[in-house]
Amino acid sequence: MGQPRVIIIGAGPAGVRCAETLVRAGLRPTVVDENRRDGGQIYRRQPDNFTRPYDKLYGTEAERAQSLHASFDALRAKVDYMPETLAWNIFGGKLHVVRDQRSKALPYDALVICSGATDRLMPVKGWHYAGTYSLGASQIALKAQACAIGRQVVFMGTGPLLYLVASQYVKAGANVAAVLDTSPLMRRVAALPKLLARPAVLRNGLALVSYLKRAGVQVLTGITPVEITGSAENGVQGVVVRDKHGNERSFECDAVGMGYHLRPETQLADLARCSFRFDAETRQWLPEVGEDGRTSVPGVYLAGDGMKVLGADAAEIGGRLAALAVLKDLKLKVNEDELQALRAEQAKMDRFRRGLAQAFPWPAEQAAALPDDAVVCRCEVVTAGDLRRTVREMGAQEANRAKALCRVGMGRCQGRYCGHAGAEIIAHAAGVPLEQVGRLRGQAPVKPLSMAVREEVE
Amino acid sequence: MSALKADVIIVGGGIMGASSAFFLRQRGMSVILLERGLIGQQASGVNFGNTRRMGRPIEQLPLSNRSREIWLKFKELFGADVELLLNGHLRAGFTPAHEERMVKYAEEAKSFGIGMQMLGAKTLHERFPYLGPEITSGCYAPYDGHANPRLAAPAIGRAAVRAGAQVFENTEMTSLEKDGGDFVATTADGRTFRAPVALVTAGAWGNRISTRFGEPVPMVAKAPQMCVTEPVPYAIGPTIGGMADTFEQVVYFRQVARGNIVIGGGGHELADIDKRRAYVNPSRTLYKLKSAPRVMPAFNHLHIIRVWGGIEGYMDDSRPAMGPSARVPGLYYAFGFSGEGFQLGPGVGEVMAELIATGATSTPIECYDIGRFAAPVANAA
Amino acid sequence: MNHRFVRLAETNRAIVRIVIDGAPVEALAGDTLMVAMLNNVRSLRESEFGDGRRAGFCLMGACQDCWVWTAQNTRLRACTTVVAEGMNIVTRQPEATWANLA
Repeated sequence: MGQPRVIIIGAGPAGVRCAETLVRAGLRPTVVDENRRDGGQIYRRQPDNFTRPYDKLYGTEAERAQSLHASFDALRAKVDYMPETLAWNIFGGKLHVVRDQRSKALPYDALVICSGATDRLMPVKGWHYAGTYSLGASQIALKAQACAIGRQVVFMGTGPLLYLVASQYVKAGANVAAVLDTSPLMRRVAALPKLLARPAVLRNGLALVSYLKRAGVQVLTGITPVEITGSAENGVQGVVVRDKHGNERSFECDAVGMGYHLRPETQLADLARCSFRFDAETRQWLPEVGEDGRTSVPGVYLAGDGMKVLGADAAEIGGRLAALAVLKDLKLKVNEDELQALRAEQAKMDRFRRGLAQAFPWPAEQAAALPDDAVVCRCEVVTAGDLRRTVREMGAQEANRAKALCRVGMGRCQGRYCGHAGAEIIAHAAGVPLEQVGRLRGQAPVKPLSMAVREEVE
Repeated sequence: MSALKADVIIVGGGIMGASSAFFLRQRGMSVILLERGLIGQQASGVNFGNTRRMGRPIEQLPLSNRSREIWLKFKELFGADVELLLNGHLRAGFTPAHEERMVKYAEEAKSFGIGMQMLGAKTLHERFPYLGPEITSGCYAPYDGHANPRLAAPAIGRAAVRAGAQVFENTEMTSLEKDGGDFVATTADGRTFRAPVALVTAGAWGNRISTRFGEPVPMVAKAPQMCVTEPVPYAIGPTIGGMADTFEQVVYFRQVARGNIVIGGGGHELADIDKRRAYVNPSRTLYKLKSAPRVMPAFNHLHIIRVWGGIEGYMDDSRPAMGPSARVPGLYYAFGFSGEGFQLGPGVGEVMAELIATGATSTPIECYDIGRFAAPVANAA
Repeated sequence: MNHRFVRLAETNRAIVRIVIDGAPVEALAGDTLMVAMLNNVRSLRESEFGDGRRAGFCLMGACQDCWVWTAQNTRLRACTTVVAEGMNIVTRQPEATWANLA
């Protein structure tokens, strides 16, 4: 048998550690990545001509970032690295990729999908105004482009990223007007036992909050978003929320960074025909994963935030585990002790992640509370009222039916940012459990495909 | 539990079934419509959306014209806007042979009110300045157009319900049998339904039912291969089809009012009617990406944002099974429209209702008799 | 104030000249097109469906909200495109003639 063909999609923490483990075992995997440089999102590398040192860019994660980048730099000659290459489809046992308007069909013996995550968003009235960004976007602007998203920024949402990005902005000299957390403080206290699974991370998190307060930034917890105010021509002008006592509070700003944790990018797993299951705890559909990242499809594996959001550290472990699963399934030798140690590490990560979900829950109830004129689908400008009408007047009780009838999720982003909230609204309007609403089916291309693309002929 | 009764049981809730239900109600007949999934979810909901008459087989044009009259009154009849845009249909040719085909058809179909105009290269490029330089001739049908297939059948279904049809979605029929003078349908949830008349509008699954009654048809389930661009400023009025010499080269497109351009062509894939799965082959997507810019070079600047397929039933002779059963009294069929059914849907419903209610229809459909597939009976000794 | 983003560091980079809505502006080498634009104007495009101006959302090529038109009627995803000398961007929807042959 010739060299087994293993393709890894994604050169973030999971993909890099997966590649490293396979190379150590004597394989030469292909690493396909959409970006210009490796690193994924959290360890996104700045352009070549930027000069900020690692500790400035990555703070407490500087060492991990440096280690990851150095590892991949060392790997480049030992893998078939395909940067700026979009994996747009999976069909007939081949991965379809495109670069420079040439599409190729790559056969594989094993495919490891490390597609990462995006922010998870709950719409608020006015979030379509120019100047509203995801938390991840706010961080990328700073980390990869040394910019703040506005002159006066409000951060809103929940999760550790909320505090991390806000403090990074303050540290970098940006003007942060407020940090508005939808989760009540008491939830963090209740989640403490799980959060203590990773004491260092917990400590870092607490330190961020006190840093922000010492810097004079207003930090409110237990808030309810009411509206992002603004105008069609000029964009964001302010944020209105109700504080934990029920009082309305307004904050002037020209930019809002918003997010509620992350959601895995599962389109490729869907195109690979992996089965999904509903995760009641986080109220979303996730690819069904067995041991070490194996999916329901033989030869297809998942690792990192693209499988389940466990964070960058867990992604590195997941990448290694998936590599070991690939080797095992290819009947190659693996170190069983290493395997067991990695599994134990991952279990700790999972406990911590469940603590985060408990401390900073997805604010499902906000979907039902959205006013009818709030935009839910930014791409197609479908409002909550449009969606409710589709449920009540046209009988749509399922995500794809609602999409067919009112276009929610039919736009360019294929439901990445409206899918979860859309499902919550349908469930509430139809009076059915969220699971029954189902999920938007993934369709190729994973991202818009230029019509100038031509099939590469060997 | 006693059976639910009506004058007609309709099996299959695509545009044919929904439309038949509506028009049977207009004639005062009671109707039960059984649909395994949701109204209009299969072929009716995933097709290209063309409401053209030009290009159809000549014998189909009376039915197509009848259907067109209903499309023109869609909002009034069914109470919904399904984005009908009648800015014409244009066939574009690249070779003299293509031009010949178009001229021949325009001649054969000239008495059906389609208003076809053959256009030479100069006129074509003046009137439609986005067409590619390789196009040398065209045939323009000014009154044809397109509509939104995702909306149409569901709208007709809702109108049928308002008109008193009993529509059962998420209701899978497990058997259909003749019991004396009645048809008895049993569903997976244990219910039974009875009627003296049964109409099979089950699309790609129609053959399963017709076979049970001794009338198998040569039908294959195929998946249309569709894709759509991002929304761009509205510029393309007519539905446009590029003439082709192979299936892979076939490309046709229509721009909706919101701006997206829907593109079909590049052949079909086989579909799995047991698992109800149909896939889009990336190669066929790439064929379209290659063919479309030949018709409109500006496509090279755009991006497709989504592909989809679905399940359609294709007969060997590309004609549906439509009309009464050749063997069983009270049994009727309207399925297997071979990728051409969307525009015909409203008309098929009206014709089947007429046929069932009065015993005859003024629209010629004899060539669609299911009896054409029957094996010749051996001569009696 | 006629720009949206604020540069906090890394300002010592080579200048790249582009055109936005007919006006010559300056960006810095290494900027994405989105950052280049939003350091000069307040939005990237108008929404197709009447809700006003858009200025991107995710900055990571996921939301597809930052696709802009060039003066040549081509399309660029601003957050994943590196700014290049001579880029000519229009922030309004083109006329219906966008599809016509040159």
